[in-house]
Amino acid sequence: MDIFLQQIVNGLVLGSIYALIALGYTMVYGILELINFAHGEVTMVGGMVCIAILQVLLPAGSVPVVVALALGVGGAMLVCMFLGLAIERVAYRPLRRAPRLTALITAIGVSIVLQNTAMLIWGKQYVSFPEVIEVTRYEFSGAHITNVQITIVLLALLLMLALLVLVYRTRLGRAMRATAQSPDLAALMGVNPNSVIAATFVIGAALAAIAGIMVSAYYGLAHYYMGFLLGLKAFSAAVLGGIGNVAGAMLGGMLLGIVESLGAGYIGPLTGGFLGSHYQDVFAFFVLILVLVFRPSGLLGERVGERA
Amino acid sequence: MYSRYLNRTLMAVMATVVVATACSKKDEAPKTAGSVMIVKIGQVSPLTGPQAHLGKDNDSGARLAIDEANARGVTLGGQKVKFVLLSEDDQADPKTATIVAQKLVDAQVKGVIGHLNSGASIPASKIYHDAGIPQISPSATAIKYTDQGFKTAFRTMTNDRQQGRVLGEFLVKKMGGKRVAIIDDRTAYGQGLADEVEKAVKAAGGELVAREYTSDKATDFSAILTSIKGKNPDVLFFGGMDPQGAPMAKQMQSLGLKAKFLGGDGLQTAEFLKLAGVAAEGVTASSPGLPIDSMPGGKTFRDKFTAKYGVIQTYAPYAYDAATAMITAMEKAGSAEPAKYLAELPKIRFAGVTGEIGFDAKGDVLGGAITLYRVKAGKWEVVETVMSGAAPNK
Repeated sequence: MDIFLQQIVNGLVLGSIYALIALGYTMVYGILELINFAHGEVTMVGGMVCIAILQVLLPAGSVPVVVALALGVGGAMLVCMFLGLAIERVAYRPLRRAPRLTALITAIGVSIVLQNTAMLIWGKQYVSFPEVIEVTRYEFSGAHITNVQITIVLLALLLMLALLVLVYRTRLGRAMRATAQSPDLAALMGVNPNSVIAATFVIGAALAAIAGIMVSAYYGLAHYYMGFLLGLKAFSAAVLGGIGNVAGAMLGGMLLGIVESLGAGYIGPLTGGFLGSHYQDVFAFFVLILVLVFRPSGLLGERVGERA
Repeated sequence: MYSRYLNRTLMAVMATVVVATACSKKDEAPKTAGSVMIVKIGQVSPLTGPQAHLGKDNDSGARLAIDEANARGVTLGGQKVKFVLLSEDDQADPKTATIVAQKLVDAQVKGVIGHLNSGASIPASKIYHDAGIPQISPSATAIKYTDQGFKTAFRTMTNDRQQGRVLGEFLVKKMGGKRVAIIDDRTAYGQGLADEVEKAVKAAGGELVAREYTSDKATDFSAILTSIKGKNPDVLFFGGMDPQGAPMAKQMQSLGLKAKFLGGDGLQTAEFLKLAGVAAEGVTASSPGLPIDSMPGGKTFRDKFTAKYGVIQTYAPYAYDAATAMITAMEKAGSAEPAKYLAELPKIRFAGVTGEIGFDAKGDVLGGAITLYRVKAGKWEVVETVMSGAAPNK
């Protein structure tokens, strides 16, 4: 039982990270019907920039750790928000009226450009996250959870709630939902679709930056290639929840994390050793296929089918 | 406006092309200039991706040997030669490995230092064998590499059978491992080593309580570590490389998994210490050969290497010895022609950086010391060196 509980905890932590990244996919898809494959790379840039800032500030010694951490997170978010804005302006806006496939290929292109730029800046090696956070472990009924993991889950939940409020309770959110339904009609109603779309990218990028920092702080390392698989998993999570649906992305992320964790933990014993835990990464994509076959609009999705 | 931009871009592109062609012409010039013959030697390792730091290490090791040979001036059969190292990136990927191997064969290299990974060296060895080009891997340890019967495959590092045997015995006898869990990354290296450790553990009377798997790109091991924790092992062995081993060590701590952590040479790197931080403390890992300070030429090598390339990761001395072995055989044969110097390779004996270098009939390096290290106060400290006796393939 304690093992099961531990796997759920593992899954929740993993799922929170997926969910945060999935939000970026789903928001952009909801408005532009574009799968922004560069989003995973924005996550990676977030982690990398935070590490770079910490590496500069910490050895200097004059800055308290908390301040350095805050500056690292703030700096990474700023850089990613600017990056999100730039990606939208340079790569996607000129193609907004182009066939959808063109935009999709551009997205993959942007992703490759970002990956290689990161490789040129930070090198091909793994970059280690400075050990600034004292890890404390708590135990409850046999399962262990660290302060870092608790922070990840709570912060992710908080951010998701904030996003829900933003989308459903604010002017900008209303403009976003209007633009999602019909950019042209929204424009007639006095909404500027360009700034709404730009805002969507900026918010998504800020969330991605935080997710990237979480990943690199949790695993203690970052790598220019790490955005790729994270992005794919988060994309699967977004589809699982119903792409275009904000609450769906959260649900999908959490579910995917738990499915992966339980899957990797129990597949060996369940299949009598025929399939092993190296199939961990397969679960995300297996779930993706199942959803696409049986419920293409996702768990909470409604309108995607008719739009696509 | 747009057309003006276009023109400018076009001109810039053309200028680049002109400069590039001019450069490449200059590069090719020495081939025919004077009486110096160019001998191309290939080097293959992952120069991009998660293991790029190890790949660069191999590249630098081989490069150092070749630069020294060039500085010394080598004459083969009365002809002054200059060695040129052609480095290729196989991304630690078996498919890419065969592509770059074919590329090197087409470029008419006279020999190849590489590849770094067993998984890449094995498929590539078929291509070098068919082309008759000698290949010396500085770091491929999978048994299969020299077990295929290819006369062209050599290595300067002891193989997994020896390393696995030593690790398994050490695990049971010195680390008190009665209940043992094993994880491998499903690469030829990780799986091969883990299989040998499993055999040795069972032979020494240990019990295997869990065998789990991951990939060489994973960073999250919480699920498999949790299921291992349920089996309550004394020692956890990981067959794989440092980018996985380091987060694994961290996650063992945060899950409260108390088992001791043991790894092979893929973990015994400077990078592991950096990535694992405090979680590295107490981790044990083996490395084939002697610790660099106990190597006959270790100190001089380290001084030369660090002056030029910085920190030694792991395999650089073996890449250096591999390149030296190749040049030595060429000198002995008085020719850089693969057909001629291949016959000399099994016969050479010389004092390399890592010890006395010579190959057995299969192409495995003779002798075979395995050293165990443990992290203490953020540094790898030698626990003991085990002489595993004669090469096991004899």
